Amino acid sequence: MSNLNQDVSLEQEIQAADNKNKVWKWLFISSAAFMISWILFPIYLLIVSALSSAEVVNGWPKAFVPEFDMETLQFFMNYYGVLGALKNSLIAAVFTMVISIGLGTPAGYALARFEFRGKETFRMMILLTRAFPMPLLALPLAVIFINVGLDDTLFGLSLVHAALALPFAVLITSSLFLGIPVELEEAAWVLGCNRWQAFMKVVMPLALPGLTASAVFAFVISWNEVFAAAVLTINNQTLTAFLVQSLSSSPAEVKFAGGLILIMPAILFLFVVRKYLFSMWGIANR
Amino acid sequence: MNIKSYPYILIAPSILFLLAFFVYPFIEVFSQAFTTSNGEITLKNFDTIFNDFNFLPSLKNTLLLALVVVPVQLCMAIGMSLMISKMKKGRDTVLYIWTIPLGISDLAAGIIWLALLDQNGFLNSFLFSVGIIDGPESWLNYNNPVAIFAAIVFAEIWRATAILLVILVSGIGLIPKEYYEAAEIFGANAWVRLWKVTLPLLRPSLQTALILRTLLAFEVFAVVMILGGTNMPVLMGEAFNWAFSYRDAGAAAAYAVVILGLSVAFTLFYLKVLHVPKEAQI
Repeated sequence: MSNLNQDVSLEQEIQAADNKNKVWKWLFISSAAFMISWILFPIYLLIVSALSSAEVVNGWPKAFVPEFDMETLQFFMNYYGVLGALKNSLIAAVFTMVISIGLGTPAGYALARFEFRGKETFRMMILLTRAFPMPLLALPLAVIFINVGLDDTLFGLSLVHAALALPFAVLITSSLFLGIPVELEEAAWVLGCNRWQAFMKVVMPLALPGLTASAVFAFVISWNEVFAAAVLTINNQTLTAFLVQSLSSSPAEVKFAGGLILIMPAILFLFVVRKYLFSMWGIANR
Repeated sequence: MNIKSYPYILIAPSILFLLAFFVYPFIEVFSQAFTTSNGEITLKNFDTIFNDFNFLPSLKNTLLLALVVVPVQLCMAIGMSLMISKMKKGRDTVLYIWTIPLGISDLAAGIIWLALLDQNGFLNSFLFSVGIIDGPESWLNYNNPVAIFAAIVFAEIWRATAILLVILVSGIGLIPKEYYEAAEIFGANAWVRLWKVTLPLLRPSLQTALILRTLLAFEVFAVVMILGGTNMPVLMGEAFNWAFSYRDAGAAAAYAVVILGLSVAFTLFYLKVLHVPKEAQI
């Protein structure tokens, strides 16, 4: 009899532990779901706004489903200055990408493959730029650019954006090259390649996805940057500069359509770079 | 060519670039802030900004914003990164979604939250449909500084928690599993393990994350421009106004020096408070 009782209480205990686990699991899943919707729902509402007609955007009360009306986006595209700003944003972002990858890749390779005096100093300098409000540097550069004739040029702006993106490019490419065994390169040397050939034929194909990711990241940095763009461009405004400077004069639907255009590359490109997110931010602290 | 010179040739372009577009403008900020346009050394620029009626409010707003936003984000990011480390199925998808804001500029984030909190926005529409308010109500105006502040806090938390999350997730990944096994054998429950194992060993990552995030908080600009307009001055916005609207490069540079000073002070503070002795690192 007592044996049976014990069994029952044991069963109850297991049942209780099971229930507790279930509660935890439920709590876990629901809070994860909550955080997912906390991120996605605002983006969804922006899309709803951008895909609604102007009347609905300025109307009341708002519906929570899009009407898939292209009027607002069309109006935005035809709005004075938008197309030019969009083009400028793309050009500046491509410049930034080319400069930061072009300069950053060799440096990343040097950090990954060579031991040399001043290596740690160089690494510190790279890290230091990260502990620094870089967009502020647009302020003195605005004055300097006027003197050297780079004021209000996209090239000048992308130089500043490249200063923002270069440290990331160096860190990402260096961790990328570290992940490619040096033995592969040595094999190529033995087979008669010189260093450059070995790099191009062996390392480059392996590093290409990562390099693409870091190029994309440089693109997004420039595409998103507001402060330097607003300070350094007047007639050649990028999209962010345009939106900031016409805030008080542009109607709500222009803002929402602009917002949607702004976040598009971010969402697409982040998908491309998601594998490399960690070498961009996390690993750098050790 | 000597092989020893290879690395120097490889890093030379980056170094020259950073000298030209990081070190030089950095020095130039100070020289512009501390000199007149004729080149005389002066504190006039600081006089100008300190006596401007927007200086103290912008300093207060910037600090207060950082003080409210950063701790909340830190707690959220710790919670989220712990959840990520427990996930098996769907980890990558969840991490991708949670880090989407990483690619969204503060301008776009401001626009997104404007769509929600605007007079005709979704929040009001929702409140209307459940019968709390009778019609469109404007929260984000000068009568309502607290609402503006709250709106900016929400937008900032929404946008910038992802940076902390990524750093902490990789930091947690570096903690050896054995520490947890040992703690469990000695009877530590999940709560104790969090406080005695995870958080202490996460200190280097916490330090990096806090430094980066706090400095970004001092740079807050576009979100405030959109949600607060002129009703909520912040340091970066004032620097922009002096440079762009008032065409006074000296005063703008003085603002830049103030922001730099704050950044350095807080970086040193975090380095000291979260100091990790070399021999205690894993």
